[in-house]
This record gives sequence, C-alpha cells and structure tokens, in this order.
Amino acid sequence: MIKEYKNTAVKPEPKGFPWKQVVGLFLSLALTFLALWVALGLSLPVPITLTVIVGLAIIQALIQLFMFMHFTEGTDPSHQMMGIAFGLFVAFAMVAGTLWIMAFML
Amino acid sequence: MIENIKAFLGDFFVTGDPMIYGADVSIALASIAIVVTLTYFKKWRWLWDEWLTTVDHKKIGIMYIIAALLMLFRGGVDAILMRTQLALPNMNFLDADHYNQIFTTHGTIMIIFVAMPFIFGLMNIAVPLQIGARDVAYPYLNALSFWLFFFGAMLFNLSFVIGGSPDAGWTAYAPYAGPELNPSSVGQNYYYIGVQISGIGSLMTGINFLVTIAKMRAPGMTLFKMPMFTWSILITSLIIIFAFPTFTVTLALGLFDHLLGTHFFTIGGGGSPMLWANLFWFWGHPEVYIVLLPVFGIFSEVIATFAHKTLFGYATMVCSMVAISILSFLTWLHHFFTMGNTAPVNAFFSLSTMLIAIPTGVKIFNWLFTLNKGRIEFTTPMLWALAFIPNFTIGGVTGVMLAMAPADYQYHNSMFLIAHFHSTLIAGTVFGVFCGLHYWWPKMFGYLLNEKLGKWSFWVFMISFNVCFMPMYFLGLMGMTRRMYTYPAGLGWGPVNFIITIGAFGMGVGFVIMAWNIVWSAIKGKRDTTGDPWGGRTLEWSIPSPAPEYNFAHIPKVTTRDAFAAMKEDKKRGREQKPKPFEPIHMPNNSGIPFIMSALFFVAGFGFVFKWYWMGIPGLIGVAICMIARSFVYDDHHHIPTDEIERTERATGRLS
Amino acid sequence: MAASSLSDSDKRKNMPLEYTTEEGDLRIVGFWIFMASDLVLFSTLFATYLILQGSIGNGPSAKDLFEIGPVMAETIVLLVSSFTCGLGTLELRRHNTKGLIFWFVVTLILGLIFLGLEINEFYVYSVQEGAPIHLSAFLSGFYILLGTHGAHVTLGIFWVICIVIQLAQRGVTPVTARKAFMAGLYWHFLDVVWIFIYTAVYLTGMVI
Ligand code: HEM
Ligand SMILES: [Cu+2]
Repeated sequence: MIKEYKNTAVKPEPKGFPWKQVVGLFLSLALTFLALWVALGLSLPVPITLTVIVGLAIIQALIQLFMFMHFTEGTDPSHQMMGIAFGLFVAFAMVAGTLWIMAFML
Repeated sequence: MIENIKAFLGDFFVTGDPMIYGADVSIALASIAIVVTLTYFKKWRWLWDEWLTTVDHKKIGIMYIIAALLMLFRGGVDAILMRTQLALPNMNFLDADHYNQIFTTHGTIMIIFVAMPFIFGLMNIAVPLQIGARDVAYPYLNALSFWLFFFGAMLFNLSFVIGGSPDAGWTAYAPYAGPELNPSSVGQNYYYIGVQISGIGSLMTGINFLVTIAKMRAPGMTLFKMPMFTWSILITSLIIIFAFPTFTVTLALGLFDHLLGTHFFTIGGGGSPMLWANLFWFWGHPEVYIVLLPVFGIFSEVIATFAHKTLFGYATMVCSMVAISILSFLTWLHHFFTMGNTAPVNAFFSLSTMLIAIPTGVKIFNWLFTLNKGRIEFTTPMLWALAFIPNFTIGGVTGVMLAMAPADYQYHNSMFLIAHFHSTLIAGTVFGVFCGLHYWWPKMFGYLLNEKLGKWSFWVFMISFNVCFMPMYFLGLMGMTRRMYTYPAGLGWGPVNFIITIGAFGMGVGFVIMAWNIVWSAIKGKRDTTGDPWGGRTLEWSIPSPAPEYNFAHIPKVTTRDAFAAMKEDKKRGREQKPKPFEPIHMPNNSGIPFIMSALFFVAGFGFVFKWYWMGIPGLIGVAICMIARSFVYDDHHHIPTDEIERTERATGRLS
Repeated sequence: MAASSLSDSDKRKNMPLEYTTEEGDLRIVGFWIFMASDLVLFSTLFATYLILQGSIGNGPSAKDLFEIGPVMAETIVLLVSSFTCGLGTLELRRHNTKGLIFWFVVTLILGLIFLGLEINEFYVYSVQEGAPIHLSAFLSGFYILLGTHGAHVTLGIFWVICIVIQLAQRGVTPVTARKAFMAGLYWHFLDVVWIFIYTAVYLTGMVI
C-alpha cells in the first residue's frame, strides 16, 4: 500500500498573485468575443470567416493547453506530447477526410 | 394473459429451428454441468479468489485465450455451416435469413471475439515478462478490460437463442441495418451493444499496454533494445487508442438510430447511409493492422529463436511498423471505392493503400534474411511461422490487386475478396496466434504441448486452408459474389465450391487435433523444468515456468538486445552477477469490482437490446456505483515478504 | 527516449506531489493518452455533425434555431470554471487543502450552472421550438455532439465531488493530489472541446 504522507521533499509553489491563470482567462474571453465579432459583426465572405474563427479556436485551445494544463510536465513529457500529437493527426484525418469524401453532402 | 405470455416467449426465444433447439439443450446441459461440478468439488471460492477477481496479467492472459478458443469454436461452426450450405448448388440446408445471420455472427465473432482477445491474451502473458516488469501499468484496469470483453462476447452470443441474431453482416451497413429496414431492432442492438461493451475494454487495454511499455521497462532496456513482439504491441496499442474512439461513436450512433429515432444513417430525415461506411472503416482499416502487427511480432520472435540468430533488420522492422501506424489511418476508403466517389478521392486512397504494402513487404524480406544461413529448427511454432510467409504473401499481393480502384469494381464483394482477407486473417492472424500459443504455452502452464500432435494439426490445418481458399480466388473471378446463400446449377461453380467445403472441414479437423493436443498434453505433456525450453533470447525465458506471481525476484538489468541470450553468454564465460538479497515486492490487491461492474454492463446492455429502459438504466446506475466505490478504495496494495519469495524461488530450483 | 540519464524514480523526487509515486506518474501519463483518444472521439462527432449540418429535412436549420444569448452565457460560465479549476490546481501545488477544496467547489457550482443552461437550451429547442432529436439529421448530430460533451461534464461533476470528499477526509496526499490534478486536466480538456463546439457548431451555424 502506498504510504500517505506529506511529502516534505517537494517544495510547494510560492504564494503570490496567480498571474498566469488570470492572463489565460482574459485571453480566452477576448478570443471568444473576437470570434463572435468576426462571425456576426463583420460580414466577410463565408470561407474567410470560417478560416478566421477556426484559427482563433485553435489559438484558444493552445492557451488552455500551455497555460492551464501543465502540458510540459512529467518524468518524460515527450510521452504525452507524442500522444497528443498523434491524436491531433488522427482527429485531423477524420474531419478533413470525411469532409472531403462526403463533400457532396455539404 | 396466458396467451400474452406465450406470445412474448415466442418472440423472446428463437423458435422453429431444430438446430437452435439443439443449441438450447446443449447450452442448458453445459451450464448445469459446470454448476454441478463446481459445487461438487467445492470450487466456487477458488474460482472467485483465483480467477474472477484476479488482477495478475498472466491469469488474465490465460482467461483471454480460453475465451478466444471457445469463440473460435463457435465461429468455426458457423463457417462450417455456411460451407455446408454452399457445397452444392440449390442446397436447402440453411434458408436465406439463417445464412445472413450466420455470416454476420461468424465475421463479428472472428474479428472481435477471437482475433482481438487471442492477441490480448498473448500480449498479457508475454509483454510484462519481456520487458522485465512485475505487472502492467494498471492491473485493475486490465481485469476490467477482460471482463468487459467477456461480457460483451456473452451478450452478443446470447442473440442466437434469445431474440434473434443480427443479420446485416459484420460491417452492419446502413440502411439495411437501420430501423427502417430492420424494424425489430433486437438483433442489430445485440451487435451494437455487445461489440460496444467489449470495445471499451479494448480501448483501455490499448492505453494500459502503451503506458506499460513506455514507462515500465527494466533498467537499461532502451526502446531500441526491446524485443520485437513488445515493439509490435507498442505500435498496436497506439493504433487501438486512436482507432477505437471512432468505433465507439459509430456504434453508439447506429444504436441511437434504433433507440432514439435519430437520423444519422437512415434514408429519410436527411440521414446518410454512406456515413456509416465512412465511419466504420475509419476504425475498420486500422483494426486489420491491430490484428496483424502483433502476429508480425510473434513471428519475429519465433523465427529469431528457431533460426538461432538475432533478427535481421531490427531498425527497419521498427520503422516499417511506425510507418504502418500512420498510413493505416489514411487508407480507409479502399473498402468503398465503388460507392461513387470522385476520381481524386479514389486516386488518393488507391495510392495510400499501395504505399502501405511497402513497409509490409520490407518485413517479409527481413524474416527471409533472418532465416538465411540460420540453423533452423522445425518445431511446431516454427512451422506456423514458416507457413505464414508464403501464404500471407498471397493475401498481400491480392490486396494490392484490390487496391487499384478501377479494378476493384470487378473484384468488389466477390468471393475473390473473401479469399483475400481470409489469406491475411487466417495465414496471418490465426497462424500467428497458434504459433504464439505453442511458443508461450510452457511459460503459461509449465509443460510443453506435444510436438507430434502439434505437427499433425499444423499440416492438416495448413493444407486444408489452401484447399479451402485457393480455389475461392478463382470462384470470385468466375463471378460468384459474397453473402450469397445459394446458387443455381449450371454456372460451373458447383465443383469448385465442393472442393472449398472439403477444405473447410479439413480445417475443422486440424482444430480438433489441436484441441486434443491441449487435453493430451495437460495430462502427459513434457514438463518444462528449466524455464527455457526453446533456447529463447528474451527475458521471459529467464524465469521459471510457469512464472511466479511476482515474475522477477530481482528486476533484471539489460545491456543489449536479446537480453537473455546475452545473459546466457555471460554465464558461460563465468561473468555471472552475484545474487542480491531479496526485497519485499509490492503487488496490487485482487478486486471483485471489475467482474461485478462488467456483469452490470451486461444487464444494462440486455435491457437496451429490448428497449427495456427499466432494466437498462438501473444497470447503468449500478455501473456508476461501482466506479464511485472504486474511487474510495485506498487499501489496494500488499507486499510479498522476502521469506515467501525465497520459498517460491527455492521450489523452482532457482536457489541452491 | 529520455534525453537525461536520470532514472524516472530519481526525477520524481523533485516533482510536484502528484508525480512523486510511481503510480501517480503512470496514471497521469495514461490520462493524457486517454484525453488524446477522447479527442478522436469528439473529432468523429464533429465530422458527423458537419456532414449532416445541411440535412435539415422538414426541421429548422441552424440559423433558424440558434440564439446567441444563452450560448454566450454557457461559454462564459465554462471558461470561468476552467479558470477557477486552474486556481484549484495552483492551491494544490501550494499544498493548501482548504484553498483547493474552495476552488473545486466553485468549479462544481459553475459546472452545474453550465449544465442547467444547456438542459434549458435543449428544452427550449426540442419542446418550445418543436425541434426534437428525431426530426432531422442535423438535429440528431447537434443533440448528440452537445449531449456527449454534456455527459462528459456530468461525469466530471461526479468525479470532482468524490475527490472533494476524499480531500476533506485525507488532505493533500500523493494519492489525492494525483486525483485532483487529473480532474483538473479533464476539466480544462472539456473546455477545449467546448471552444470547438462554440466555433464549429454555433458560430458556423449562424454564418452559413
Ligand atoms: C475455418 C476457417 C474459416 C472458414 C471456412 C471461413 C469461411 C467463411 C465464409 C464461407 C464466409 C462467408 C462468405 C459469404 O457468403 O459472404 C466468411 C466470411 C467472413 N469471415 Fe470467415 N472463415 C473462416 C475463418 C475466419 C477467420 C479466422 C476470420 C477472422 C479472423 C474470418 C473472418 C470473416 C469475416 C470478417 C467474414 C465476412 C462476414 C461478412 O460478410 O459480414 N473467417 N468466412
Ligand atoms: Cu482496409
């Protein structure tokens, strides 16, 4: 059984204002509203609108990943990095491939 | 009232077919026999403590293999029934409906409930031992995976006596599988739910083995010092992890079309039947590599062992598997070239499919070069491995023929296709798991399978396989299509079909000889006292047979590939390391939750099959309660004390 | 693969609490892999939805149906909950059980508000607007994609409740730290999925 103890060897994070989290929140909100404005406020051609808002979503996802999710931590972070990278590749193949194959439905 | 009950039972149980009544009786008799035997010998406690609650990867592996062999029997009987019906023109042995049900259950069972669990069984047994680990990363999850598979398989198999089997093929194509053309839903629901439950288990197995191999290797075993079977499981796990989620969704959407009246794959309401094919094969093509890569690993081990050489072209083997893992997600459309895609789409997928043949071909040459100038020993596992090379290559070459989109308009859905994928699935997967079964059997049970019987079963099965499937290519080119329950005389198909059926029965005989070998060897088999009956090269052969609960009394230190071969070499030169004192070994506790939770999944699944929400929803709540209960378990490990380790090691002759 | 020659167990000694045991380390990696596979699960649902988006049969189209108000409310609540959950993880790193529990409870409340808003949205669409799931392929794809996300959130809520109870019982230990950390990851992941729902379902639906 694992011993439950307060591990004193591990240094706790210092106190202080959580800048990283607050900046992350404001960036997310700003990007969300920016996307809203691009989609509903401007009347750009549809393909351009879609490209821009998808781009904004990707940026926002990266913010979550790097500012909130401790993506680069671990005894060997390359494991989760390769996992996520492969997942992104397959997810892309799924969405892009399906849209291409079944473009007649769009 | 009584009339109502009668009508209900008449729908509930499948009636009217003498073969089904026979099956009912034999299922009832077998169940009674099992219960009586267990009670008479007071074995219930033993069954629960040693097997149903175990989290030991070796025992879980054995259970997977037993279940897979039983399912192989069921799938094989289905195959024989189909071949009997097709032996002669205008046969009336099976009617059209029954034939449809049988090819559906045959295909589903063979892929999902034979090939996958057989492979999972072998990898459970061998992978932790090959990397010098004491268990997998998540032993509890491993047990859960097994029981989910088991109960999923049971649910699927129940269909043929209760409610009726699915009949839309193992691919369950819409719209035929959908609610519009399959309004009773019950058979199809069995398919969606049974396969779903076991699929969740497969996904968890993938994560478990990926992390096990990535993080739990013995010190010194870098990635490029891993045994090739372990490499193949690493890549397979990766494919499982990223292919199965799509299948989970696909099956769920298919089920929702029946339960909720959604319009994903329907004809009306804007649904798209083609979307089913698209999603199904996005999982389905990677799936064929999930059942092939592991056996490539097995053959690599067996060929190196019995050629008494290290594997030729280790790095290219690894690179080709990595390439396959990526390409396997880019070829799925070749299964529906003929659905009227645009030319660029067909061209792209035609090319990507041919591309994937290259890494596969590279591997074939590596095995041949490993054999070259080797001192070859013709044991039973080696025979399976040697037979694999030419027989599988035929399947591969015909695969490239099918990959040419314009030509596929001719081959598609013909017996040519059936012959092609049986050449890969039987000469690849089945030969491979039989090979692995004979190879690792002593490690599992401590005795060897009989070589003479083993060779008999090999020759009978292998020759019959060719008698069965070689002519089938020509039958396809002569115009016979797949899933055809009978055919008129005078087309010239009769004699060929008759030969094929002879081959099918021959394979049945081969399987029976193998089963007999298992029984015979259990009683009289040669004991494996050394732990290394074959002169193995990898770490699993460095420990006693059967492996003790904790696998390795000391975690080995690895310096090279073929770690155990190097250790034996060192020993010969007198450079053996002095044994260190034992330390207590940390082991996970058994748990009954995986069994209970999977049983509740079964109950819930059965409810949803019949749209009995009063049964399905409480079942799911039960599952949730099991998960919460597990979350509060903190006391989940124990230690094996040193004196117990010492006793065990002494008993196996490892301590003087 | 690892560049450094330190063994994993050496490295663990200097890491945050949740990584200090081998078990914790293994489970966190495994959880990342699980999230990667869940990504593919959602990508399948997205592909399905996008293909069926135009197949509205006799039902309303995306443009007819969607209202931006409730959607923005859901989005903001979820974004803020991701933030409070991040603060929880920060308190975890400071070994402050009370602070961790506080922020997790705030996250739970926001999660429940989100679920309430979503259920209300479903109710409005399916009952008041007369656009239930079985009316058209577009609606099927919409409800199932969002429903799957909602089911994930529901599961997350039950999970976080279990963890809060265990934190109250045991304080921050290597085991509870691991659980809290993983639940945090999961919560952020669901936020990421929502961002894509917001973009590919709602905004896209109102543009096309
Ligand atoms: C004893 C050896 C076997 C024989 C004689 C056999 C025979 C057959 C036959 C006659 C069919 C149906 C052809 C048709 O009418 O469409 C079939 C289909 C199929 N078989 Fe086998 N088979 C054998 C072993 C296997 C194995 C080991 C696997 C997989 C691991 C397998 C996978 C399949 C699949 C996926 C189908 C397609 C089912 C469908 O059309 O939905 N078979 N087989
Ligand atoms: Cu394929």
